[in-house]
Amino acid sequence: MNVEVRSLPTQDAPAASRIAVGDGDIHPARSGAKDFHPWLSKRWVEHLEQYGSPSRQGWQAGPAYPKSQPNASRRDAYPPEGGRPGSSLSFMQQQHLDPNNVELGILNPLGSGQGVQNPELSAALCHATNEWQLAEWTSKDSRLKASVVVPYEDAIASAAEIRRYADNPAFVQVLMLSRTAEPLGSRKYWPIYEAAAEVGMPVGVHAFGYGGNPVTPGGWPSYYIEEMTGHSQCQQAGLTSLIVEGVFERFLGLKMVMIEAGFAWAPSLAWRLDKHWRTLRSETPHLKRLPSEYMREFVWWTTQPMEEPEPREHLLDTMNWMGWDRLIFATDYPHWDFDDPVHALPLRISEAQRRAFFLGNARNVYRGCAG
Amino acid sequence: MSRHVVATAQEIPPGGRKLVMVRGRPIAIFNLDGEYYGMLNRCPHQGGPMCEGLITGLREAKQPGEYVYSRKGEILRCPWHGWEFDIKTGQSYCEPERIRTRTYPVEVEAGTKVVAGPYVAETIPVSVEERYLVVEM
Repeated sequence: MNVEVRSLPTQDAPAASRIAVGDGDIHPARSGAKDFHPWLSKRWVEHLEQYGSPSRQGWQAGPAYPKSQPNASRRDAYPPEGGRPGSSLSFMQQQHLDPNNVELGILNPLGSGQGVQNPELSAALCHATNEWQLAEWTSKDSRLKASVVVPYEDAIASAAEIRRYADNPAFVQVLMLSRTAEPLGSRKYWPIYEAAAEVGMPVGVHAFGYGGNPVTPGGWPSYYIEEMTGHSQCQQAGLTSLIVEGVFERFLGLKMVMIEAGFAWAPSLAWRLDKHWRTLRSETPHLKRLPSEYMREFVWWTTQPMEEPEPREHLLDTMNWMGWDRLIFATDYPHWDFDDPVHALPLRISEAQRRAFFLGNARNVYRGCAG
Repeated sequence: MSRHVVATAQEIPPGGRKLVMVRGRPIAIFNLDGEYYGMLNRCPHQGGPMCEGLITGLREAKQPGEYVYSRKGEILRCPWHGWEFDIKTGQSYCEPERIRTRTYPVEVEAGTKVVAGPYVAETIPVSVEERYLVVEM
């Protein structure tokens, strides 16, 4: 392959003329396993060398379904100095943060120890990830904010990790993954929600994870496209569980952010839940309101990968139902299904709606980001 | 319409590509077995830089279970979302009737002819010994 000229920057206009954006889903990557060593005890470094870090899935490492692009990344996102996409702050600044005028970028590290089956190792790796975010990212670029990565299958350890960063303004949300071992509303995860509400951070639930269950409710599918589409099914099951288990009644002030699983399905899920709850209310008397009301008050959504219906105006109906204060623009940089802020929302909307969509909602949701 | 000298023919070997600027527009030039093709370096979907995409072939199936691989090296996938385009025509394969990317004709001209004009050589010096790629825009 002969690519003689890197097309940088790819954008048409200088950053100054672009709308300021928040990005609810940026993936910083390690350049290698050793990046975490400064924050791992010798015990865990040797453990990793001897035993590895098996996840709660039938594969030793990596995702169940190979991605359509190497490292699930844009082919133009490889740093010129080498290393994996997302591993270079300077290249992330040059390719994404600066030209796209990103004022607030939320870091969601993946492959960081969440879902590792050894619970103590999972907790140690998650903590190392959190310290690594501080040392390598947020302390070097104030636009970037960290997520408290928690070993969510051990909710007690997770809650301790959340409280450890209660007073650190670099951390603005708690990060879980959607494929948990039990449905998201299960009691075993409640200490996470309790701690998050206590410290004022929303809990972001990012697509993927290692629950050990098939990636669709109907079993293991044949194709990657089914896994991609299955993320919304998984988030629907998780959100349904959060609502009907009464999590939002129990932990007042808890905010959830659904990340990278679409949002256009929210109205239909809400309508179905409402219909069934009207007839089955007595089964879950701990709910005081229609399920849709919990969804509209306590849940936010990152936008990428945006649904792209024809005509595009159908999205407006969805957004109007959800409310213009609910959606948080996200790119998923440096991953291959990146949404570009210039092209992602080709709709006629008001200036106030555009500002809320691209930045205002993010500033309202993430802890201490009101600017 | 003007004709722009953008590169020497030997700069882009068969299977290779190069990004050039013509009148402020980024154009990706591809060499398919000695024939040259130009394409706007912006995917019509979200603007991905086409020049950095994967060059591949066409996978088709008349019915499930029957697969045909053809046109090796003639299909470009956008480096972001992987939309497929025919390098020769710009036609997409996700919605061929409706979506295509802008293409530009590229010709090979002898240095003697280029030196004689009336070509626009914006960035490269020309000499009579070379053969040059000329984009019409």
